[in-house]
Amino acid sequence: MNVVIIKYNAGNIRSVEFALQRLGIQPEITANPDIISSADKVIFPGVGEAFNTMKYLREQKLDQVIVSLKQPVLGICLGLQLMCKHSEEGNTLCLGIFDEVVKRFVPKPGEENISKVPQMGWNTINSLKTNLFNNSLENQYVYFVHSYYATVGNDTIATTKYTQAFSAALNRNNFYATQFHPEKSGSIGAQILNNFIEL
Amino acid sequence: MLAKRIIPCLDIKDGQTVKGVNFLDIKNVGDPVELGALYAQQGADELVFLDITASHEKRKTLVELVQRIAKHINIPFTVGGGVSELADADALLSAGCDKLSINSALVRNPMLIDDMAKGFGSQFVVVAIDAKLENGKWTVFMNGGRIPTDKELFTWAKEAESRGAGEILFTSMNHDGVKTGFACDALAKLSESLSIPIIASGGAGAMHHFKDVFTLGKADAGLAASIFHFKEITIPDLKNYLAEEGVIIRL
Repeated sequence: MNVVIIKYNAGNIRSVEFALQRLGIQPEITANPDIISSADKVIFPGVGEAFNTMKYLREQKLDQVIVSLKQPVLGICLGLQLMCKHSEEGNTLCLGIFDEVVKRFVPKPGEENISKVPQMGWNTINSLKTNLFNNSLENQYVYFVHSYYATVGNDTIATTKYTQAFSAALNRNNFYATQFHPEKSGSIGAQILNNFIEL
Repeated sequence: MLAKRIIPCLDIKDGQTVKGVNFLDIKNVGDPVELGALYAQQGADELVFLDITASHEKRKTLVELVQRIAKHINIPFTVGGGVSELADADALLSAGCDKLSINSALVRNPMLIDDMAKGFGSQFVVVAIDAKLENGKWTVFMNGGRIPTDKELFTWAKEAESRGAGEILFTSMNHDGVKTGFACDALAKLSESLSIPIIASGGAGAMHHFKDVFTLGKADAGLAASIFHFKEITIPDLKNYLAEEGVIIRL
């Protein structure tokens, strides 16, 4: 199994690498378009800011590489957001793989648990679809850190509630993405990563 | 619903957990990775590793340790203690830590919050504040609570938020080590005046103290060290209790 993590100016690629190693997989971390295109599985991680990250991806022509991929691709966190149509963060035109758009959480002061932005911590995933998830994962807790979220739409394969329901995971054709961090979500996250590897 | 977080804190010196921990069921009580993994397995939501080493080799040891933790532990962890410049932060983040907790260096140079948030994102920046209530005023201390500053808790926390802090870790020096409960009044005031998460630290002595800190204190996370290390409270018992009491918790 040849798994590639796309290397770009994003933080915390290390954690994804270590999580795959715990599953017995040694991923290759690269920005080389040929190696990315020929991998069995591609992971597009991301922690950072949307506008500058998209700008960087375009400069490196990685945007074209990503949208043309045919094998299973997994975007994580900012990766999910950049695979949507548009993000409110920096009014950024994104890759447009998914139909959904990305908006900022509006805190609701005084309401217990939803008065803080970012959402930081463990929340549940519901209404699960596709083989990225198995039935036992319904309503399980996974780890989130984000101030922006993707709306719920046709591509939604998991929802989570924080101020309102948002897309915890998306899928279209060979493209999958999670807003949460499977690499930091304990044994539940490890199962989800393993499911992706077995797609 | 977003769950309230339970966070054990491990003190590290020269790459080892500080003696005094009372664990018999792991091989090496001195190894932060083994102890951290045990807590993670028991249901800890995050871990904090606080490095209290004071040597020239500090950064190298800490970077190696962070890499070992990141390899073996599959929940988020924060590293704190002696991070004072962007280069330290960069080295620790590249080694795989999720967040950095910074205290004294920020009091000396508040711009470091802006620089860290811009460089790595707000979610990496946990601003740790030690404060003491004296004559009705919460004074911020630095250097592990040894040196008083001219800063006041609520204004400093607000400044930290506006400079780009992702979370506030507030330790009440009046409550720390006393085991009579967290500083719920000050915590609730912090939580209501800021829109970033608040981690409560100092004062945990019984399970109901955590219920109080999440309800009365409106904290997003509760941190404790000795009660977990000495097994006065186990994490599974605490989480079951909180769930029964109606607190949203990850079981």
